[in-house]
Amino acid sequence: MNFSVLQFPGSNCDQDCVHVLKNVLGHNARLLWHKDTSLGDTDAVIVPGGFSYGDYLRTGAIARYSNIMAAVKQFADRGGLVLGICNGFQILCEAGLLPGALIRNKGISFRCEFVWLRTGNPDTPFTCKAPEGTLLRIPIAHGEGCYFADAETLKQMEENGQILWRYCDRHGNTTPESNPNGSLLNIAGICNAQKNVAGLMPHPERASEKILSGHDGRILLESMVQFLENRKRS
Amino acid sequence: MKAKITVTPKKAVLDPQGKTVQTALEHIGFTGIKDVRIGKYIEIELEGTDREAALKSISQASHKILSNPVIEDYSVEIE
Repeated sequence: MNFSVLQFPGSNCDQDCVHVLKNVLGHNARLLWHKDTSLGDTDAVIVPGGFSYGDYLRTGAIARYSNIMAAVKQFADRGGLVLGICNGFQILCEAGLLPGALIRNKGISFRCEFVWLRTGNPDTPFTCKAPEGTLLRIPIAHGEGCYFADAETLKQMEENGQILWRYCDRHGNTTPESNPNGSLLNIAGICNAQKNVAGLMPHPERASEKILSGHDGRILLESMVQFLENRKRS
Repeated sequence: MKAKITVTPKKAVLDPQGKTVQTALEHIGFTGIKDVRIGKYIEIELEGTDREAALKSISQASHKILSNPVIEDYSVEIE
């Protein structure tokens, strides 16, 4: 598969994503600069983590107007797979490709630690290798990961199966204690109504090799690959 | 002309900064505080003298980029 990983001034997880996709999973992955206007031959886009534009104004607010994001929007509108990780999730929300917004963590502090996630809807390109309820242990590293959306939007998202990952304890219970940032409904990651654009605050690319004390993140990336392979075959 | 834009978190949105500052104010002895909300203040120097056009343009900018309508309200003043 051909993955495109975006690069904004201030991105800092771009190389990690390329490393995992290329060297761990064995796919093609290339970096695309924010000034580029075309995605070229791409099966999926990764919007990586970091601090694009120094998080000035709001996280993701400036990056979302970059040239490459216009191409990403067109790609998504045609059904292309787009995954936003951490700052990438914030950018996709700002761009309106995902509902809601990410605000300052409830406890103010920057949280950098492994968390447990419970997988929701398994019927999406991002979760198809994880049966409902699958627990994943993946690290977070963010100061503004508190997910917010109005009550009506949350209700629609629940009904449509758009809540893909929730913070939970090691037994899978979505408790207030296991919620690191105050996200509504313990939301760690979601997808759009069409299920081809997803975003999450945890970093699957940082948990894709045993040497990094876990490889649960691979399940997410391998789900995308499986979906793309099935789609190419049919 | 100068545009003054105030961006504040919506009522329904958690404002942990405001809560922390409220606690700090109370801690150092300021009483009678019901709530603290923290937002942003932006000043933009503008060319020209057409206040109405400026208000329209800056309101668009506020909606499009200076604020995020999902979580924030804004007000614009031209002087």
